[in-house]
Amino acid sequence: MKVALAGKPNSGKSSLFNQLTGLNQKTGNFPGVTVDKKTGICQLNGDTQAEIIDLPGIYSLYPRSLDEKIVAEIFSDRRNQHFPNKVILVADATNLQSSLLLLTQLIDLRIPTVLVLNMVDLAAKSGQSVDVIKFAQSLDLPVVLVNARSGQGIQSLKKTLAGTIPVSSQKIYPIDKEILPAVEDIKKHFSLESNYEAYQYLQQVDHLTFLSKEEKSYINETALQYGFFKGKYQGAETIIRYQYIQDLLSKVILKNADSEWKRFSYRIDKVLTHKIWGYLIFFTILFLIFQSIFAWAQAPMDFIDSTFANLSNLLNNTFPEGPFFDLITQGIIPGIGGILIFVPQIAILFAFIAVLEETGYMSRVVFLMDKIMRKFGMSGKSVVPLISGWACAIPAIMATRTIENWKDRLITIFVTPLMSCSARLPVYAILVALIIPDDKLFGFFNFQGIALMGLYLLGFLAAILSALAMKWLVKSKDRSYLIMEMPTYRMPNWSNVGVTIVSKTKTFVFEAGKVILAISIVLWVLASYGPTEQMNAAESVIDKQIENNQQEAADRENLIMAYRLEHSYAGIIGKALEPAIAPLGYDWKIGIALITSFAAREVFVGTIATIYSVGNTEDQTTIKSRLRAEINPETGGPRFTKATGLSLLVFYTFAMQCMSTLAIVKRETNGWKWPMMQLAYMTALAYFSALIVYQVFS
Amino acid sequence: MADLAKSVAQMIPGETAVIAGFTNEELSNKLLEMGLLPGSVVTYNFKAPLGDPICVTVSGYDLTLRLDEAAMISILN
Repeated sequence: MKVALAGKPNSGKSSLFNQLTGLNQKTGNFPGVTVDKKTGICQLNGDTQAEIIDLPGIYSLYPRSLDEKIVAEIFSDRRNQHFPNKVILVADATNLQSSLLLLTQLIDLRIPTVLVLNMVDLAAKSGQSVDVIKFAQSLDLPVVLVNARSGQGIQSLKKTLAGTIPVSSQKIYPIDKEILPAVEDIKKHFSLESNYEAYQYLQQVDHLTFLSKEEKSYINETALQYGFFKGKYQGAETIIRYQYIQDLLSKVILKNADSEWKRFSYRIDKVLTHKIWGYLIFFTILFLIFQSIFAWAQAPMDFIDSTFANLSNLLNNTFPEGPFFDLITQGIIPGIGGILIFVPQIAILFAFIAVLEETGYMSRVVFLMDKIMRKFGMSGKSVVPLISGWACAIPAIMATRTIENWKDRLITIFVTPLMSCSARLPVYAILVALIIPDDKLFGFFNFQGIALMGLYLLGFLAAILSALAMKWLVKSKDRSYLIMEMPTYRMPNWSNVGVTIVSKTKTFVFEAGKVILAISIVLWVLASYGPTEQMNAAESVIDKQIENNQQEAADRENLIMAYRLEHSYAGIIGKALEPAIAPLGYDWKIGIALITSFAAREVFVGTIATIYSVGNTEDQTTIKSRLRAEINPETGGPRFTKATGLSLLVFYTFAMQCMSTLAIVKRETNGWKWPMMQLAYMTALAYFSALIVYQVFS
Repeated sequence: MADLAKSVAQMIPGETAVIAGFTNEELSNKLLEMGLLPGSVVTYNFKAPLGDPICVTVSGYDLTLRLDEAAMISILN
């Protein structure tokens, strides 16, 4: 049996879904779009199971956003794989009027529905009193009282679902006489269940993707023939439905709520949306989130890192030699480690975001920031993802799902990777220390610190300006608007927070993980294999050099690794790249580092250590002194001049050197188009900015 | 009469009015669906520190609107 959860946003649908399914749930996308599809199994009683689907929150069947279109499609198409046998309409008991609009449409579609009055605890607190029996009789459908947060009423809901639910006999919207012939024609032609279904076909013919071209043209011809104009009746329909709802509520509400219970919430709002305190508190919270991702994620990330390194070493020593075992120990295992390393950051960011959403504070963030963000083509909801990009772009991009408007969301996704993430820090640290003197300005400000801050600022400016450019370039049919409910403040429901963390982590590991693993294996092959002759010659060449006293015997291992990398496919590509990157002040060695760090930026440091045969990547001082000693054969001076260093810093600030980000953008935009454009844009931006910087400073 | 028509965007905090209608066809359906019905009471609560958006109460719940949207809701008071 299929059961769908429907209702308006903020009606507590997700809490109810979590109560019904527990952790027994799957998150995916609806086919062809990036709209969350949450499904789960619920054991109704000893022998009945229900497959529950949590539909996006909507007010009515007339869609404006992508999310809303999905719901309209499902309810208007009985052949749809998600068409439910029964619907749970979740209503916010403190706000019944606008919760019931969708219900009246479901009744007219003749779909068996249970009405759940959720948040009964708050309704009671507000002083509202409802005659539930009369409610159920008037609507001719079961009505169940639930507190989805505490779980009260869930058992009786399950019992109701397990029984038979007849279609309500109510007919709420009488279709206008002048269009009845058209509606009856369509109903007969498509053999539909209800007049309202036929009416929806006529109204929404352009949105309903399940209709074939022939079917659509039949509907359009019928509309023309009978003089049916789309949209003409929609306003009147809504008003008639609300009249029905108001009549109903005046009969079943015994005592109205007073606004007293909201007073506490208003008092909090006085502070949290205050022109000084509001922003101060908001930026403190942002800072806290940012710090936590940085600080708390470090220990588990180090743990994952070392565990996988140890595992790889252990297996390397136990397995026999051979390319197949190398693939496992050096390609696949580090690849999986490279995916799991992001889990702590994802978990921490989504814990915060879930709390912000649950308490109702997120709506206030939008309220505070909307005007500023709108100037840059984004929405108030873009702030949290954007700032989180300073820690890691991956959870940040996953967090853009809360942005309803597709264009706002796309721009936020597109510019977030320009924010300097924590993986850039090791690269910055090495290069800044190399080229910026460790002196103090006015004996107070450290030059290296100023340079580092400058890089963060540079990334931020690039993000903001790119957003501004995209605002003009990206065309959107949908008018941008903000009409959003301001929920009253509540304590977060911790089990909802937990479920969010688990489902976001699972999504990343299993969906983006596939792409990341594939690319990391390709990169590993490129860096480990090369033309057989030269790769095999590594040991003998180095041994000869040691014999002739050109090299120290103590460095043998490191020298062989450097030789192998130089002659691997990555090395060959790096050398081929040299003419293109020479104007930026780079040689082929840096070219190799650019290629390998496509997997992840921080790999730059490791590759540089290998290629300069330093060996130990932990010891930054060694790497720095080795880099400082490197001579540019053309000039006879040092390789890493100020110009080359600055050019590299700018390159790493702008370049999309992170396949995990590309993988998650692919998932969030549902295709390769946007990640590829992002890669092209950021690479071009990095290349030309680095070019200018090098040419100016050299 | 046209110059006397007032919209929600011109209200001041604490003011209460009755919704008369909408001046934008496209958005009126959305506003209707959210319970902003002609004849119902709207109360202006407060505005964002930067002046936009605003928070109003209508049919028992709080709603955030941008001034652009608020300007499309004409009122009587």
